[in-house]
Amino acid sequence: MHMADALISPAVGGTMWAVTAGVTVYSARKLNQDLDDRKLPLMGVLGAFVFAAQMINFTIPGTGSSGHLVGAIILSILLGPYAAFLTLASVITVQALFFADGGLLALGCNIFNMAFFACFIAYPFIYRKIAGDRTTPGRILLGALAAALISVEVGAFLVVLETWLSGISELPFSTFILLMLPIHLAIGIVEGLITAAVVTFVWKARPELVEMAPPMAAAGPRSFRPVLIGLVALAVFAGGLLSWFASTHPDGLEWSLKGVTGKAELEGPKAGAHGALASLQEKLAFLPDYDFKKPEPEKAGGQEEDKGESWPDVNPARSLAGVLGAVITLLLAGAIGFGLKKYAAHKG
Amino acid sequence: MGSIENSLFNIGYLETLSYQETPIHRLDPRAKLLATMGFIVAVVSFPKYALGSLLPFLLYPVALATLGNVPLRYLGKKMLIAAPFAFFIGIFNPLLDRQTLAHLGPLAISGGWVSFASIMLKFALTVSAALLLVAVTGFHKVCCAMERLGMPRAFALQLLFLYRYIFVLGDEAARMVRARALRSFGGRGLGFRAYSSLLGHLLLRTLDRAQRLHLAMLSRGFDGEIRLLRPLRLQGRDAVFFLGWSGFFVLFRLYNVPHWLGIRVMELIK
Repeated sequence: MHMADALISPAVGGTMWAVTAGVTVYSARKLNQDLDDRKLPLMGVLGAFVFAAQMINFTIPGTGSSGHLVGAIILSILLGPYAAFLTLASVITVQALFFADGGLLALGCNIFNMAFFACFIAYPFIYRKIAGDRTTPGRILLGALAAALISVEVGAFLVVLETWLSGISELPFSTFILLMLPIHLAIGIVEGLITAAVVTFVWKARPELVEMAPPMAAAGPRSFRPVLIGLVALAVFAGGLLSWFASTHPDGLEWSLKGVTGKAELEGPKAGAHGALASLQEKLAFLPDYDFKKPEPEKAGGQEEDKGESWPDVNPARSLAGVLGAVITLLLAGAIGFGLKKYAAHKG
Repeated sequence: MGSIENSLFNIGYLETLSYQETPIHRLDPRAKLLATMGFIVAVVSFPKYALGSLLPFLLYPVALATLGNVPLRYLGKKMLIAAPFAFFIGIFNPLLDRQTLAHLGPLAISGGWVSFASIMLKFALTVSAALLLVAVTGFHKVCCAMERLGMPRAFALQLLFLYRYIFVLGDEAARMVRARALRSFGGRGLGFRAYSSLLGHLLLRTLDRAQRLHLAMLSRGFDGEIRLLRPLRLQGRDAVFFLGWSGFFVLFRLYNVPHWLGIRVMELIK
């Protein structure tokens, strides 16, 4: 899953470098606030452990192949998200420098893909929710599987996204996704199983170590920030990926219109307020009908009928539309909520 | 040699190369780091079908390797090992992009093959540059350079600690893997249960070692802050190195010199 420099553009590489650098600086600062100075040697040694563990394989019966660990979730459980992020980032850096496993420009991408989601989102909001408070082997297994699976899939998705945005490889987005995601499903399951096994082992042998990781949010009144972040992640996932699985059949209104008038949509009058607003909407819509703008002039006649759309309709424009729509909606909802809060505070 | 021993040997070999004394080795690591990053950005910024215009950029890795006394065969071997990812993604280009771009005599060359060659060339250039950076600088100096250029201190310390303990833990893991191999028979004992037990024990030993490490540091006066020795000093030749190569990259990125040379030679022949 390490990306090479040859497949990304400077824009993508530079952006991800900036993002990763920002997260690294933030994590380092948070780490300095943490008064536990046992952390530093522990991080170094655990990094070396992950490095060594990545080179130990086990055979998967029946397939003749072998699997190995990535380690993000284990590190998060033992160190907490910030230290785990830095530790994993250091392992990936060493791999890039000494083994050319991932390019130097792509280092930002690789660290972000493999460490960010696992340490900052999967660990607190998936693993801890499932296995944090009441720890049993079953819960550890479930939490580790869920967290590892989702992290690995998100990482693979980000790899495809970054490669596609760079425009150097000819692989279309949909093909690439269909190649990467199933393979990483298997990788994620393996990762989850290994994580669960190792964590259970340590938990049984030295239980105080597993509870060692401090909670990420300050112990204070329950904030709904985790819920919000979870919702955002879900919205992005739904808009980005699930939109492909949306039914391509006409919805209720279009179906009934078609039955009555013979067309899926009504044509409004071109003149007056209708026409003016329609042309305004046409100009403003940057993703009309959840797809990229078709170049004008439209070929009349032949292109009218619906080419039987395949399902799932893997469409990067749709993903983009879905994600953008979700983001804009969230921003609007946030703005309205904020405005209402201010209004209520003003009144009271 | 097992894979762990192999990896440790590789790291050790690269480090040994960096201990040599050549003019390149004596340059300030910041100059080399920045020049390499500039090189990678320049190479990666070439458009999809650039091939001839990339060739002058071979000069940088070749110069570093020869002046820095790094064996080219070693570089080639490491590049081959790292090649699969780029290769298997790039190989789709000829399959997907069939538009003819050029004719070589009777052969029509599709755009896909040109972009594939471009990807592999970019790969070779960027990977060799990254490996050469470590081979002529050494890991400690690279970390120092990055820290001086703005990387957070905690991360620099983490890298140095990690590096130091890779060898220790690598040896430990190698011994455990060898023991497992000696006690397994016909595939039994190499499965998941033994593996997870192995990892679990390795992890416990790691945590114990970290504990002993911390106590050792405390008994030597560790007070929570680690101070780095910083013997880096910029000199004139570092500036010359960096500015010279940056100028070269910019010039050859903006002007397609091989193309121009080809035209001149054709004119001469006519």
